[in-house]
Amino acid sequence: MSAEARQSALAHALLKRAGAWQEAEARARRFSRGRSDDPVEAARVADDYRLLAHDLARARALLPRSRARAYLESVYARVHATLNHGDWRLWATVERLFREEIPASVRWLRPYLVWATLLFVLAGCAGYALVARFPELIALFASPDLIASVESGKLWTEGLLNIVPSSVLSAQILANNIVVSLLAYCSGFLFGLGTLYIVGLNGLMLGAVFAFVARNGLAGALAAFIVAHGCVELSVMCLSGAAGAAVGEALARPGSHGRVAAFRAAALRSGPALIACTVLLVGAGLIEGFISPQPRIPVAVKVAVGVGYWLLMLALLTGALWRLPGYTRRARRSDS
Amino acid sequence: MSEATPQLRVDSATGIDVALPLAGAGARSYAFVVDWHIRIVLALAWYGAGTVLYNYLRNGEISLAPPLGTHVRWLGTVVAPALALYFLYHPLIELLLRGSTPGKRLAGVRVVARDGSVAGAGALLVRNVFRLIDSLPLGYGLGLLLVALTREHVRCGDMAAGTLLIYESASPALAMTPATTSGSLDVATAELVAELLARWPGLTLAARAALAQQLLKRCGRSADEIAPLDDAALRRILIEVTRAAGANA
Repeated sequence: MSAEARQSALAHALLKRAGAWQEAEARARRFSRGRSDDPVEAARVADDYRLLAHDLARARALLPRSRARAYLESVYARVHATLNHGDWRLWATVERLFREEIPASVRWLRPYLVWATLLFVLAGCAGYALVARFPELIALFASPDLIASVESGKLWTEGLLNIVPSSVLSAQILANNIVVSLLAYCSGFLFGLGTLYIVGLNGLMLGAVFAFVARNGLAGALAAFIVAHGCVELSVMCLSGAAGAAVGEALARPGSHGRVAAFRAAALRSGPALIACTVLLVGAGLIEGFISPQPRIPVAVKVAVGVGYWLLMLALLTGALWRLPGYTRRARRSDS
Repeated sequence: MSEATPQLRVDSATGIDVALPLAGAGARSYAFVVDWHIRIVLALAWYGAGTVLYNYLRNGEISLAPPLGTHVRWLGTVVAPALALYFLYHPLIELLLRGSTPGKRLAGVRVVARDGSVAGAGALLVRNVFRLIDSLPLGYGLGLLLVALTREHVRCGDMAAGTLLIYESASPALAMTPATTSGSLDVATAELVAELLARWPGLTLAARAALAQQLLKRCGRSADEIAPLDDAALRRILIEVTRAAGANA
């Protein structure tokens, strides 16, 4: 038998297994879509993987440019994905995220958090000094309506609930804050420069507005408005900035890994902290819409809400929430 | 998907590496456009139906006009869900369908992790958060530029999440016909005949005739025999060639 005839015979013998490949693909699809949990079938998927590898090796040698080989490659990749498909249970995933991944992410971000907070505070001080010295510069940071309102002796926040209902206000605020927070993180892609810009600008604006408001004798009123939601909101701004800075540093100084690998590691490691930021901003938005602008709520209550929510934020970010005695007892009971 | 499609090779436990065919800007754009239409339609449908129902329950009117003033219930039950459907479509659907969306299914692509496995929830979320950057300055300009310039055709979100967009699966229909398994036709010719028959309705008459005549000559038919045949006759002979090859197994 000539070599060519032998190759052809081997190729056709291989192609006779096409039915088995189609069955393997159908089995893998059923498992990957969660439509089967039969252990016997699962064992067959593992067998399929080995047999497909064997057939693929032959197909690559005998039928390198055929559609049959292309199909076999895709079936093999599908079975590979199915076998490497981790179990995904919603509650367990969420619990692991909040109990382990967020605290680990925040711990890793600590050095960046220090720098981001320092930048924010310094920018705030710079904004304050700038407007205190040159009050006309407030026009760079505040709208004409806000300036007019403050100069007339009233905060722009007074009477806000007469114009916009609390729920709408909350929704607008939390949507805006979440977008800014995510942008502070993502703009770390620009070697951290975007993050520095966002954190710096926000600090500058806050300092400038405070200086302008203080100049008009309304600093106490503004502090009373901000205290309920501001502690957490500003902390989250710094945390998002820290996450963005981590991503930026990975791109600027990748170390021994490649730039892309370092970027990926930093983004995935700091990602859980962003989820915590989003959750916290929802709460801060609700407080800013329902509690902060409400004149009937005493300042002492607003301070208590602000401090309490900030402590809750700390407990969430450090994982202390999951170390509470009640939760630990419940966790031990469910493990036994 | 051709041999020219770039691939990423991933090690596997069997020793035979997994080839992941990487999807480029074209497939991405196609999938995005389809998904964008779905988002728009879903969001507008919710908004329209919700507004009509709200106006009807409130005033007895059937109207698409938004209610005057600030209606918290309308904003909460009609506007907010419509906006959520539009903006959260990609992260939610990709999470639910494990890296796929209706647009991606239509384009035949899927998001996977770099080892070929299903991308995790965290990676899918990070991938979608970075759309804020990829969509700069306009219409995913930066994202498409990165897809065009990077070897693995990835955008910023894929780099951050460690994911890839790959072509999902080739069709078995063209590969597995009786003629390919019989031995009387070589595999390449058998696959070409099967592909021509599958694409027959979409080809022009001239293209059908030219391709059919070339293939029939490869199958051993003489030029004199096939030259005078019309479109229907050429198709019939191609089918006979396939059946005859299968019958000779």
